[in-house]
Amino acid sequence: MADTVFLALSVLTIGSAIAALEIRSLIYGSIALMVTLSAVAGFFLLADAPFVAMFQISVYVGSIAVLILFTVMLVRRELIFSKIEDPRRRYAGVGLMIIVMVGLGIIIIDSGIKTITTDSPPVDFKKIGEDFLTYYSPALVVMALILASAVIGALVLARREDVTTGQRTD
Amino acid sequence: MLPLVNELIDFVIVSIALLAIGIYGLATKRNAIRMLFAIEMIVNAANLNLVAFARFIPNSQGQTLTLFSIAIAAAEVAVGLALIIVAYRMYKNIDIADFRSLKG
Repeated sequence: MADTVFLALSVLTIGSAIAALEIRSLIYGSIALMVTLSAVAGFFLLADAPFVAMFQISVYVGSIAVLILFTVMLVRRELIFSKIEDPRRRYAGVGLMIIVMVGLGIIIIDSGIKTITTDSPPVDFKKIGEDFLTYYSPALVVMALILASAVIGALVLARREDVTTGQRTD
Repeated sequence: MLPLVNELIDFVIVSIALLAIGIYGLATKRNAIRMLFAIEMIVNAANLNLVAFARFIPNSQGQTLTLFSIAIAAAEVAVGLALIIVAYRMYKNIDIADFRSLKG
């Protein structure tokens, strides 16, 4: 059975996830998304993965959420507060959510996952660092290249085409 | 280190709830930035599952895969936000129903 911290974290996660999608202002929505991501980092701590939790906080809460916040502030004011959706799509979305939740829940509960328990100690995070530098080092290099290409691609995409070169004198 | 009191099923149920909320957001919202929020929620549900299973089948590979997944999600968000900014500059709107110049 789950303990109190787990229950509080799950209420925080689910509530702020719903708030991120349903709150009227996009700025408050992105702050609610930040809360969701931090609560998921708390789940990582509860699952004895402190390294992943710190990585989640530094990457998601530290960079992605701030990036989203800045992008939200770039768009026009009335778009931040506008809420455009069709009621029919809304019913369809709620129906899809209930179908996914009930279907996957039935499958998971029937699958015998409840009997899985463990007495073994958690994985040491030094092992993860060793793995990164030995077995996964090619993947680490490829990931660095992907990140660099994503940043360059984002810069190229967001560059303004209408500013002609030669206007800047510096 | 505290003893582990939570079971695997608890983590999986929270993950399913997060996934379902993300799917609801993707199906319902027409605001491009909100759809990006929903995608982030789905990615986080997958990461939560990976870490939980890696704890209960004592293994370090789940955590390693989660670290890679978080880094890739960062790249995806950077490119996605750049695309949203470009689309906003072209259409002066972030409603995805307006992005239809490729519609045949």
